[in-house]
Amino acid sequence: MLLEYFSMIDRIGVLDAPGGHVEAESVVPDASPVFEGHFPGHPLVPGVLLIETMAQASGYLVLARLNFSRMPFLAQVNEAKLRSFTTPGAKLTITADLLGDGQGYARTRASITSDGKKLADAELTFRVMDFPAEELRAQMLQRARAIGMPVLGSG
Amino acid sequence: MPVEFDRVADIIAETASIPRDTITPESHVIDDLGIDSLDFLDIVFALDKEYGINIPFEDWMQKVNAGDAQASDYFIMKELVAKIDGLVQAKAG
Repeated sequence: MLLEYFSMIDRIGVLDAPGGHVEAESVVPDASPVFEGHFPGHPLVPGVLLIETMAQASGYLVLARLNFSRMPFLAQVNEAKLRSFTTPGAKLTITADLLGDGQGYARTRASITSDGKKLADAELTFRVMDFPAEELRAQMLQRARAIGMPVLGSG
Repeated sequence: MPVEFDRVADIIAETASIPRDTITPESHVIDDLGIDSLDFLDIVFALDKEYGINIPFEDWMQKVNAGDAQASDYFIMKELVAKIDGLVQAKAG
C-alpha cells in the first residue's frame, strides 16, 4: 500500500468474477508523507483513502468481469461508514460484492476489516466507460498482474 | 403483464427523491424532473433490478448525441415506460 501513489491494494486473494466477489489484502505502511499531515503525532489513514481502497478492490472485480475491455470510474458513494481508526501497520482485508451491473454502470457493497473488526464499509457506484487511453488500460493490466489477479484479460 | 406507468413513476420518485405527484406521462425526465445522468444511473439500476432487464442507457445516449434520435424518444415518461415494456416483453420472449 503506497498511499501517496493511490496504490491501495497489495494482493488479490480471492476473485470470483462471475459470482461478483473479490477479497484483497493490504498492509498500511509504517511511514508515509500522508501521515505527516494526517495527523502529526497521531497517524491515521484518511477516510477518503479507505473509500478509495474499497473502490479499487471493487474496480478490479469489475475489470475482471469485463476482461479489461472497459474501465470503471467511481461515481457515487452511498452509506459510507468509517467505523474505526486505521493506523500504520494494520493488515487490511478488503471485500467487495457486486450488487448489480448493467450498460455503463456497476454497483458494489464493499468493506474493510482488520483483525476481524470492521473498519469501513460503503456502497459504491461506478460509471463503466471505454478506456480513455490505451496507456491506462496497459497500466491497469500491469498493476493487476503485480497484485496477483488470477484472471487477466488479453494484452 | 405490461409495465405500468405508476410503478415506474414510483421507482423514479423514490430513487431520485422527487415528489411523486410531479411525475406525469408527459414529464421529460431530464428537462422537467431535473434528473441528471448520475441520478439516472440510480434509476436504471433500480429499474434493471425491478424488471430483470438491462436498459441500454449508453446506446440511447449515443443515438441522441449522434443525432440519430431525439432525447424525447427515450426520456418522456410515457416513452420511457414503453421502452421498458418492450425490453420486458423481449425478455419474456
